[in-house]
Amino acid sequence: MNGSLGSTVVEKVKSGLLEVQEYVRLSGDTARGAVSRPFYAHDLIEQLEVIGLGSLTVVLLTGFFTGAVLALQSGMTLDQFGARPYVGRLISASMIKELGPVLTALMLAGRVGSGIAAELGSMVVTEQVSALRALGTDPVRKLVVPRVLAGFIMCPILTVVANAVGLLGGWIMAVSQLRVASSVYWQSVVDGLYIEDIWMGLIKPFFLGFIIVTIGCHVGLRTRGGTQGVGRATTNAVVAASVTVLVVDFFVTRLLLTLLF
Amino acid sequence: MRRASLADFGLPVELVEPHAPVVLFDKVCLAFDDKVILRNVTFDVRAGHTKIFLGASGAGKSTILKLMLGLLRPDSGTIWVLGHRVDTMNEEQLMGVRHHMGMVFQEGALFDSFTVGENVGYKLYEETRQPLDEVRRRVEEVLGFVGLGEHIDKMPSELSGGQRRRVAIARAMAAKPGLLLYDEPTTGLDPMTSLTIDAEIIKLRDLENVTSVLVTHQLRDAFYVATHAASRQPNGGIDIAPAGDDKLQQADFVMLRDAEIAFEGSAEDLRSSRDPYLREFLS
Repeated sequence: MNGSLGSTVVEKVKSGLLEVQEYVRLSGDTARGAVSRPFYAHDLIEQLEVIGLGSLTVVLLTGFFTGAVLALQSGMTLDQFGARPYVGRLISASMIKELGPVLTALMLAGRVGSGIAAELGSMVVTEQVSALRALGTDPVRKLVVPRVLAGFIMCPILTVVANAVGLLGGWIMAVSQLRVASSVYWQSVVDGLYIEDIWMGLIKPFFLGFIIVTIGCHVGLRTRGGTQGVGRATTNAVVAASVTVLVVDFFVTRLLLTLLF
Repeated sequence: MRRASLADFGLPVELVEPHAPVVLFDKVCLAFDDKVILRNVTFDVRAGHTKIFLGASGAGKSTILKLMLGLLRPDSGTIWVLGHRVDTMNEEQLMGVRHHMGMVFQEGALFDSFTVGENVGYKLYEETRQPLDEVRRRVEEVLGFVGLGEHIDKMPSELSGGQRRRVAIARAMAAKPGLLLYDEPTTGLDPMTSLTIDAEIIKLRDLENVTSVLVTHQLRDAFYVATHAASRQPNGGIDIAPAGDDKLQQADFVMLRDAEIAFEGSAEDLRSSRDPYLREFLS
């Protein structure tokens, strides 16, 4: 009984290490593919549109309502200290440093990570990836590099958009519900921000965008077992990317706090 | 770096020598965990010849094609394809060899987000800097060859199963490969459609001088390809008729059983074999 449990644990650990090894290898191949030829520029442009423009609506909605609800909730708390005019400061600090990057990344993990895993997974089970290789095309350069670069570029841009509409949502609530003057709100937003905060809010999405797309590609390219396998891959990609986003966010925040402050 | 044409990838030396082995497997072994797939498999494929692999499902037929393409690596043994030892090559080196090969996958494996024309011209559009109108002309030419010229702008999902296989053949031949690999090209098709696929294989072999490796468990198709030849008529039409003795000698059958080669020989040798397993397989 103990022997069988032990061997199961060993197998699980081995399989986990294998996944990590393959993920690291894919990331390395992607980095090499991004700086050497052949480079499929039209695929990059297509992916910038798919990942960037395609995710805009969900990011706009997420950012706006997060800012709005933050204003409502914090307004009540700040009232207890007579600090309602500082609501802008709280929203800008929360959105730009933490909520903007993380919520945008989580939205991208759900929308982009799952889409990539499903698309590449379907290509694997229908032998389209093997066909690519048979036709002399490296699937990493053709499928992975454009997606990873697009995620790397678009995640920070979408985060800035989410931050902007978050502040806008907060402003609408502050003015309409909390009766805070518009000029007071915006002054408070500016007062609450330090240049280090902005750097932190801009640097983190690069890491998160890279993580989301590389996990989607890794899980998609390792899909096995027909349509059921594609379904499993999609779920795994979202779960793995979402959890990793939160973990990486913690460590990158820790690192940036040390470096910037 | 993209090449001006496929010739820039380097012409494998053996292609210019008539009847030299285009493919050579020497004592190739492969196992997945405890399951032995191939054990000491040795054979060669001569230029312009057809090698037909038969065997029950799971006998390792498709695996042999994947080993030729370098999609899998053997545990031991050596594999030479078009003058290159592919079992020790890295992925980048393999790309150069693959540019001179074509493969027709079991279900076609067409890129479902591309049109038929984009599928067929994929290699030329993506991997070379050939002018687009030149590529388009070649795509129209090969689609005409397989009788699907009018479907160039359709999506693969709009085609029937047989048409998709013919598009897959057109895609594999578009870059004029010296070696074409067919993985169960007629499986799941009705007999009439299967015959049209067989005819395409014969036409490519005899009119375009392409060395063919065919994996199938459809005996009717295997024997049809081995025993027929294509010729161009004075009026430009193509005639497919029973092959002469010379041509019959250029088609070899290989039967895989229990991870090993159980038989290798001509269609006639196979038919006259007294081996009980072969008799049962052929019956």
